[in-house]
Amino acid sequence: MKTLEIPTFECETGNYHTFCPISCVAWLYQKIEDSSFLVVGTKTRGYFLQNAPGVMIFAEPRYAMAESEEGDISAQLNDQKELERIRLQIRDDRNPSVIIWIGTCTTEIIKMDLEGIAPKLEKQLGIPIVVARANGLDHAFTQGEDTALAATTHRCPEYNPRMTTRREGYEDKLVVVDIDQSNEFIEEKGKLNRCGSVLFGSLPASVASQPNLESKRQSVSVSGWLPSQKYSELPALGEGVYVCGVNPFLSRTATTSMRRRKCQLVGAPFPIGPDGTRAWIEKICSVFDVKPDGLEERENQIWKILSDYLEVVAGKSVFFMGDNLLEISIARFLIRCGMVVYEVGIPYMDRRYQAAELLLLQHTCKKMKKPMPRIVEKPDNYSQVQRMHELQPDLAITGMAHANPLEARDIDTKWSVEFTFAQIHGFVNARDALELVTRPLRRRSDSNLGCRSLSKQAVDI
Amino acid sequence: MKLAYWMYAGPAHIGTLRVASSFRNVHAIMHAPLGDDYFNVMRSTSERERDFTPVTASVVDRHVLARGSQEKVINNISRKDEEQHPDLIVLTPTCTSSILQEDLQNFVDRASLSSESDVILADVNYHRVNELQAADRTLEQIIRFHLDRARKRSTLDRSVTIVPSANIIGIFTLGFHNQHDCRELKRLPGESGISVNQVIPEGGYLKYLKDLPRAWFNIVPYREVGLMAATFLEREYGMPYISITPMGISNTADFIGQIEKLVNVWAFALSDKRLNYKLYIDNQTKFVSQAAWFSKSIDCQNLAGKEAVVFGDATHAASITKILVKEMGIRVSCSGTYCKHDAERFSEQVQGLCDKVIVTEDHTEVGDTIARIEPSAIFGTQMERHIGKRIDIPCGVISSPVHIQNSPLGYRPFLGYEGTNQIADLIYNSFNLGMEDHLSDVFGGHDTKEVSNKSLSTDRKDINWTPEAESELNKIPGFVRGRARKNTEVFAKQNDISKITIDVTYAAKEKSSL
Repeated sequence: MKTLEIPTFECETGNYHTFCPISCVAWLYQKIEDSSFLVVGTKTRGYFLQNAPGVMIFAEPRYAMAESEEGDISAQLNDQKELERIRLQIRDDRNPSVIIWIGTCTTEIIKMDLEGIAPKLEKQLGIPIVVARANGLDHAFTQGEDTALAATTHRCPEYNPRMTTRREGYEDKLVVVDIDQSNEFIEEKGKLNRCGSVLFGSLPASVASQPNLESKRQSVSVSGWLPSQKYSELPALGEGVYVCGVNPFLSRTATTSMRRRKCQLVGAPFPIGPDGTRAWIEKICSVFDVKPDGLEERENQIWKILSDYLEVVAGKSVFFMGDNLLEISIARFLIRCGMVVYEVGIPYMDRRYQAAELLLLQHTCKKMKKPMPRIVEKPDNYSQVQRMHELQPDLAITGMAHANPLEARDIDTKWSVEFTFAQIHGFVNARDALELVTRPLRRRSDSNLGCRSLSKQAVDI
Repeated sequence: MKLAYWMYAGPAHIGTLRVASSFRNVHAIMHAPLGDDYFNVMRSTSERERDFTPVTASVVDRHVLARGSQEKVINNISRKDEEQHPDLIVLTPTCTSSILQEDLQNFVDRASLSSESDVILADVNYHRVNELQAADRTLEQIIRFHLDRARKRSTLDRSVTIVPSANIIGIFTLGFHNQHDCRELKRLPGESGISVNQVIPEGGYLKYLKDLPRAWFNIVPYREVGLMAATFLEREYGMPYISITPMGISNTADFIGQIEKLVNVWAFALSDKRLNYKLYIDNQTKFVSQAAWFSKSIDCQNLAGKEAVVFGDATHAASITKILVKEMGIRVSCSGTYCKHDAERFSEQVQGLCDKVIVTEDHTEVGDTIARIEPSAIFGTQMERHIGKRIDIPCGVISSPVHIQNSPLGYRPFLGYEGTNQIADLIYNSFNLGMEDHLSDVFGGHDTKEVSNKSLSTDRKDINWTPEAESELNKIPGFVRGRARKNTEVFAKQNDISKITIDVTYAAKEKSSL
C-alpha cells in the first residue's frame, strides 16, 4: 500500500478522562444471565459503579462490592477468609453459576492473590470463580470487558472436531448453536463444519443474532459466542477453531484464544457500519473459502436507507477525544459517510489486532478523498480542548465530563459512552449508529434560540 | 471486607473535590489511577455544569507503582500552574495514595517553591472519614490556610462591618438544593437589614477569605459541612455562629430568633437601635409561608395520624421529622440517618418525635425496616425512592445522595419561608390524595394486582399459601392487604402451620383485631 497515506500515530501524556474498566460489569452481568460479579476494592470504585452506570444499580443487579476496609489493607484480616465469607453470602443471596471477581487497583497495589485464592474457594464450594483484573492502572473503560473475556476463555470446553455438538432441530433456525451435553451429538458433513467458528465480544442478544444471520446467509455457521447468554453454554475452543472479534477493544481475548487455546484468529475490520460489516463478512468468508454472495447489493441497500442521515453529516467535521477504543471503527464509518475526521483520540491502539481496521480506514480515506485523521494514543484532554478551540469541529465525540462544557462553548457533542451501550453492529444497526451521530447535528438546525456560546469562561479548561 | 451494593456517602476525596471545585479559580489534582476522575462526570451531568470541572488526575499507573510518583505529581502541579494560574491547587489523596503511602506533603512543599499558585495537601484520611466529613475538613483547612497567612502578613482586617452582616458557610456543589437554599438564605436576613458578607465555598474567591472575620456572625445551614470552619472561626476570631437549620416554620423562627439575639449583642455597642423580629416572624409565618395555613386547612386533616418513615442526612432527616410531627400531625414511625458520625446529636434532635431511630449506612437495613413498617409514605434519598417503588409506597426525596432530578431548574429551596411552602407541597403530594384513598376504601380498592413479596431480605423463610387462601387474601382492599398477609403469617408461625389455607386465614383474622 505504498500509494496510501501511512497513518501517523502520536502518543500524548495519558491525562484523559475515561471510565474505570470495572464499569464492564454493568453490561456483562446483563449479558451473562447466570453470573454474579464481585468487585473487590475500595469505596471509590463502588461509588463509581453507583454513579456512572447510573440507575441500573436499583434493578437489584447481580453485582456487588467487596469493600476493603482498613484491616484488609494492613493484612490484619485474612483475604481468603474474608472472600470466602462474602462468597457464601453471594451464593445464598443469588445462587449464580459463576462468580466473576473483578480485581481493582486496590487489589493490585496490596498484591492480593485473587488468582491464587480463587481455585481454592472454587474447590470448596463448587461454583466456578473467574478472576479478571480490570483495573485503572493498566486498562481503560471497555478493556475491562477484554480482561473478563480473556479470563473466561480459559473456561471454555475443549473443541473436538468429531464431536461438534448441535442442538437437534435447530440447524436451519437463526440461533447460536449451543454446546449442550444433554442433546444428541450429530456429526456433520462438509468442510465448513470441521472447523468451528466462534465470535467474541459481548453484544445484546438481539444484535448477536444478526451477525449469525448474515454469516448464515453466506453459509458460514457460527458455532458459538464468547460470552454466551449463560455461563454453562460457553463455546468450545481449541485447535481448528476460527475466532473473530466483533469489537476493537478485545485484543487480550484474541491473544489468549490464539496462544492458550490454539485457535486461529480471523483479523477483520469490525462490523460497525455497512462498510465494516461487509468487510467483516468478506474476511470470514475468505477464511472458509466461501464466495460471498449478494453482499455488495446488501451494502448498497443499507446506504440507500441511510440517505437522509448522510445528507445531514456530509462535509461535517468530527473530533474524537477518545475513551472507549471504538474510535477507529466509528471514524472509518463516518469518513465513509462523507465526514471529515480531524483527530482520533484513543486510549490504546493495538496495531496488530486492529490491522485490518486500520487498512480499511486508509482505503476509505483514499476512496472518499479525505485526509487521513491523526491518531492520538493516550491523549491529553487539556491539549485536545485547545486544539478543538482552534479547529472548531462540527461535532466532538467525548465523555460526559467534557460534553456539557463543550456544548456551552458552542461545540456540538455526542456522548461517547452511548456507542458502547447502543446497538451499532451489523447492517441493520447502521442506522442506529448514525442516529446517534446526527442527533446533536439535527438538534442544532432545529433550535433557533440565538444563543451561540453559553459560557462566561474563555477558552480555559 | 464488607459486601455492599450501594452507599449513601461517597469516599473522602469526593468531599474534598466538591469543596475545591466550588471555590472559584481553585484547581484540584487527584493522585489516582485512570478512571477515578468520575467526579467530573457527576458534576458535569448532575449539576449541568457549563464549565470544565477544575479537577485533573495525576495518573497512577504501573510505572508509579514500581518507582513511585517521583517528579510526576510535581510536574502536574507546575503544569496546571502555568496553564491556568489558579489561586490554589489542592492535591487530593485517594484510597490509592493512602495505600501507596507516598509522601504527598513533600511533593506539595517542593511544588509550592516553584509555582505561583498556593499548593496544599488535603488533609483527609480515606479510611477514617467519608465524603461529608472530608468536605467539612477541607473547607476548614482552606479557610485556616488563608486566614493564618493573612495574619502573618498582617493583611487581616478585623474591624466588623458597619451594618450587621453574616457569612453563609457550607453551600457547595452537588449539595441537595443548595443553590436554591442559598438564595433563600440571603433573602431571609436581608429582609431585616442584615447583609451577607460572604458565601463560601460556592462561587467564592480565595482572595476575599481574609475578610471573613468582618462579619458579625456565621450561619451554618447544614450540620454536615461547615461546622468545623465555624468552630474554628469562633475559637480564633471570636465569631459566634448559628447552626440551626431554618427548615420548617418553627426552625425558621428559632433561626431568626438567634439572629436577633446575636445582632443585638453588637447593636447595643455599635448603634442604639435594637432589632425585634417578632412581628416579622409572625407575619411571615401566617401570610408569606402557606404552610401554617395549609396544615390548618381541612385538606390536611386527611394526613393526621398517617404513618411515615424518614431517612436521609442528619440535617434533612431531623428537620423533616420535626415538620411532619409538629407541623403536620403525621406520625413518624421511624426516623434515621446515615451520618453515623453525628448519631448522638441526631438522636437527641428527633427524641420524642418518632417511635424508632435508626443510624445505619446499610440500605438493605433501611429497606427492611420500611417493608416491616409499611408506612403510607417515605421521605428519604433516591435509594428510598426505589425501595418505595418496589413495595408500592410513595416517596418524597428530601436528602442527598442526589440525582439529576434533584437539580431542578425552577426555584425549589428547602430552607426559609419559601422552603416551607415547597416542603408542604412535597409532603402533601407524596401521600395518596385524600379522596382517592377514601373512595378506594369504600369500593374495596380498584387494584387487582397481586401483592408481591414485601420483604427485601433474602434469607426469609417462605410460608406456603394455597391458591384459595391467596385469592381470599386478594379480596381484602389493597391498603390493608399487606398487613393481613403479615398477620396471617405471624399467626401461622406461632402455631407451627407451614401451609396457609382459607381456614387458617380466618383463624388468624379472629385472633387479630383486624
